[in-house]
Amino acid sequence: MTSDNVLTVSGFSVLYDVEPPVEAVKDVSLELRRGEILGLAGESGCGKTTLAYGIQRLLRPPAVITSGSAVFHDESGTDVDLGSLTDEQMRRFRWDKVSMVFQGAMNALNPVMTIGEQLGDVFTTHRPGTSRAERTARCGDLLEMVGVGRERLRSYPHELSGGMRQRVMIAMALALRPQLMVMDEPTTALDVLVQREILQQISQLRAELGFSVVLITHDLPLLLEISDRIAVMKDGRVVEVGTASDIYHRAQHEYTRRLLGSFPSLTGDRGDFVRTGAGTSEEVAS
Amino acid sequence: MSVLELSHVTKRYRVRGAGDMLALDDVSVTIASGRTVALVGQSGSGKSTIAKIITQLERATSGQVLLDGAPVPRRGRALRRYRQQVRMVFQDPFASLNPYHTVRHHLERPLRLDHVVPAEEVEAEVHRLLERVRLDPAATVDRRPHELSGGQRQRVAIARALASRPSLLVADEPVSMLDVSIRLGVLNLLADLQRERDLGVLYITHDLATARHFSDEIVVLHRGRVVERGPADDVILRPQHEYTQALLAASPDPDKHFAQTREGTRR
Repeated sequence: MTSDNVLTVSGFSVLYDVEPPVEAVKDVSLELRRGEILGLAGESGCGKTTLAYGIQRLLRPPAVITSGSAVFHDESGTDVDLGSLTDEQMRRFRWDKVSMVFQGAMNALNPVMTIGEQLGDVFTTHRPGTSRAERTARCGDLLEMVGVGRERLRSYPHELSGGMRQRVMIAMALALRPQLMVMDEPTTALDVLVQREILQQISQLRAELGFSVVLITHDLPLLLEISDRIAVMKDGRVVEVGTASDIYHRAQHEYTRRLLGSFPSLTGDRGDFVRTGAGTSEEVAS
Repeated sequence: MSVLELSHVTKRYRVRGAGDMLALDDVSVTIASGRTVALVGQSGSGKSTIAKIITQLERATSGQVLLDGAPVPRRGRALRRYRQQVRMVFQDPFASLNPYHTVRHHLERPLRLDHVVPAEEVEAEVHRLLERVRLDPAATVDRRPHELSGGQRQRVAIARALASRPSLLVADEPVSMLDVSIRLGVLNLLADLQRERDLGVLYITHDLATARHFSDEIVVLHRGRVVERGPADDVILRPQHEYTQALLAASPDPDKHFAQTREGTRR
């Protein structure tokens, strides 16, 4: 038994059964350790979102899981094969053990319900016994935890900035203290300053609460800074998995190197990028 | 040689019930042939308002926009001629190209409207333009936007911008909607075209790394004000203003990250 793993995915394949059929995820095997941040990197259409959805059985026809399994290793010691759960068991499992922050999640809040009501729904659904007062208290605590503040419980989504809405979504994802949080492009629509704050907060919360994170994004420089390990996907396959340092220093796969080369260095050497107005900038500017 | 000058431009938007919103506050920027100026800042900093004022989609509340020393015309044929000189490449090539029309139509229109070449040469010029942006004319010319990849669409948008032979190009986040592995290709194309045609380019972006590599000068905008400007490397490597420093500190920079943590991460 690998007790320090939280999730083991083996031989996972997903097919979109359309004409012609598309193999979106091909024979993916991954292990996720308890408490780690795993970056899932790749470009649009590489299958990274389909894989994340597939593991949690969130896909709908025409998507079909054609092979493989995803086994969740609960901290209690029991293993749960997600493929074998009934729909009702799966519904209970989601959010409780594994939660997800969806792409564009900050726009997924209901515009006519307050933040507090929407957070409270998590408890109403998954912890039916919770009293109203306790619900309010816990929702307030959650907002405090992500740096929004409990005074926002009665705010409507449009009264919050994009960054605050995204924090609310993260609070919602952490409400039941899941062991794994999957985040699909959580900061893509946000400014770098807000992005940095939110990512720091996630790292800090992870240190406090000990959950694991799968962070899906095309932004490899970002992943290199905050992930423990990175899996690179291309055409439905994981072409390389390694520690952030290995991916940065010793990328094995040609595609990983190409992806790394797609991001010009902010403060490092120029590399082989074309520069406009070759060499004239200093003279003209002065 | 063309020079476009924004001189002490201020733009105030009237917001109902909330008083005025100062989108640009005394901004001066100069774009000259053969040079790329990057305009960086967060969303809401006023970057796109500058693009709109340059293309005369919006008017400045005060201050002047001058092309080669003359105020930019406000209407009529003179404005058309000005817009022939100053072209725009938009962020989202799916939105900026008409889904009903073929690539040929998109390129023919400016050629005909601006009488760039005689009617019998239009078709040949369309092909030349496509070659310029490294698309295969035979394979592309009869396609509609949805049949092209994002990168190909943006190349068509660039070809269209070049059709009327402008001297200045405003590129508003031209690669942020594209897949990462093709972004540099499109930026390199813009850089090549700029040199070939001695274009002046205003590169509007929030990406400091590409701003550094693809421009001569960087102008940092924060809440409608220019807080810092200078040669690209100076601004990125030796930022003076605290806002620029904060932006740089927040931008992912794996090179710096691994240089600082070398001992810790090498196992």
